[in-house]
Amino acid sequence: MIIKQISIFVENKKGRLAEITETIAKSGANIRALSIADTTDFGILRIIVDKADDAAATLKEAGITVSVTNVIAIGIDDTPGAFSVPMRILSDAGIDVEYMYAFITRKSEKAYVILRVADNDTAAKVLMDKGVELLDEEGFHSLM
Amino acid sequence: MKHQIWNKEMECMKRSDLKALQLERLKALVDYCDKNSKFYHERFEKNGITADKIKTLSDIQYIPYTTKDDLRDTYPFGMLSVPQKKIVRVHASSGTTGNPTVVAYTREDLDNWAEQVARLVYAAGTTDESIVQICFGYGMFTGALGLHYGLERIGATVVPTSSGNTEKQLKFMRDFGTDTIVATPSYCLYLAESARERGIEFPMDSYKLKTGLLGSEGCTPEMRKQIEESWGNGFFCTDNYGMSELNGPGMSGECMMRDGLHINEDHFLCEIIDPKTGEVLPEGSEGEMVVTNLTKRGLPILRYRTKDITKINYEPCECGRTTARMHKIIGRSDDMLKIRGVNVFPSQVESALIGINSISPHYQLVVRREGFADNLEVRVELIDASLLEKYSELENLRKNIHDRIKNILGIEIKVSLVEPKTIERFTGKAQRVLDLRNK
Ligand SMILES: [Zn+2]
Repeated sequence: MIIKQISIFVENKKGRLAEITETIAKSGANIRALSIADTTDFGILRIIVDKADDAAATLKEAGITVSVTNVIAIGIDDTPGAFSVPMRILSDAGIDVEYMYAFITRKSEKAYVILRVADNDTAAKVLMDKGVELLDEEGFHSLM
Repeated sequence: MKHQIWNKEMECMKRSDLKALQLERLKALVDYCDKNSKFYHERFEKNGITADKIKTLSDIQYIPYTTKDDLRDTYPFGMLSVPQKKIVRVHASSGTTGNPTVVAYTREDLDNWAEQVARLVYAAGTTDESIVQICFGYGMFTGALGLHYGLERIGATVVPTSSGNTEKQLKFMRDFGTDTIVATPSYCLYLAESARERGIEFPMDSYKLKTGLLGSEGCTPEMRKQIEESWGNGFFCTDNYGMSELNGPGMSGECMMRDGLHINEDHFLCEIIDPKTGEVLPEGSEGEMVVTNLTKRGLPILRYRTKDITKINYEPCECGRTTARMHKIIGRSDDMLKIRGVNVFPSQVESALIGINSISPHYQLVVRREGFADNLEVRVELIDASLLEKYSELENLRKNIHDRIKNILGIEIKVSLVEPKTIERFTGKAQRVLDLRNK
């Protein structure tokens, strides 16, 4: 129930994001979801791609600071209040969410959220126990 | 702490006697150069200098400075003061641009040089019992042979491994029981780390290394601490200073107190000047060190501008020596930046960055004038990808770097984390500063 995510350190300078995404394209990987958090000087680009290890290796070779981490992805109904359900479950279990970002797809009516928590396995278990839909790599990429 | 002194007469002399000796030697040197050095004879004539003009040590100020350019312009043998057959050795320093600077030694010069080095290595704890591995590169560079003859002079067992070949270096260290190492601080650290990496096969207690004689590049207190901890087992290292134009290593070195580098003042007369105006500064001031080698005869040098910034302490030392002590080199006059009235050297920033493993060793200083204030930005390359998971960790890293540098420089700065390999790499002496104030 774990999905690989790539985090990339990006300096805020003209054209840099274009160069980095071009490098990812060169590895043959396709970006499925992304988020970028930034300050005035630098940002962290987080992406989910179909070939995470290839993309990370290509980025590393290009001298870019990059890490691969495990995250979880959940599917939620597109109805008011639906998102609060998994948040409440995690909160009650004492699991802090470090960051998250959402995406939608053309193949499904649902909305999807990528979650980064300290302990993926425990989070996945409590969510599944309460009936929340969790995606594995295969399930995730079949949505695209 | 046990302090051993190689030449008590010269190293513990009363200051007044030492000054008298320096004056006597200075007069003799001026007289010698006037008679034997075409280069200095012409300079003296132009400036009306003769040996009788030198009545006190401060009269040295009548003599113009000698610069590295003078040595380059007279390449290779234009500054010799003896016929070539009297020269028994030459060395040269690597010139990054233009001609290298050549230095030449008579037999007497080599004898003096060995004596100077002998005092420093003895002060640092080396004895005739020591087994010393010299990991400086042998060749035109003065470091290896300088230490070599000084160590032989005190009777140490010299192992001239030269630089490189880490595997062999470590093998000889273990097999010979080497207890002293001569190396640059960075190589000494590298060897320690390499030894640790092989710790499963050869545990650290298979090394007997106790003493490090470090030189040829600066060593900050932070780096020294790192080196000593890496070797462990009470490894103790001292710093020594010299430059090929002034013989090589041997001008000054630390005693066991490690509170400044004792200058061999009977051989070297040092002054501190303002690098911008050339004005001689009062005792104790910080500025560029100018050195006269009082006893050199093959290729004498008077008032050589070292471009090294330091200050000199004339108080007697707890070790018993009365010779003055120079502070570790604070920076190079070429690199000195004045920011909001404060002297800033890239080397200070470098020392603040040592031991921070999340960044690469490359950094850049950018100075800008914004409004009426000068602002310093320090750019460092983030290499630790594990910090990308938490924004706060990147901010903590930035704050840690900021606080360390601010502590050392005493001025406010801005730290920027940049991507790896975005700071330009330089071969040779790094050009770390981008000064945009007058752009
Ligand atoms: Zn001392």
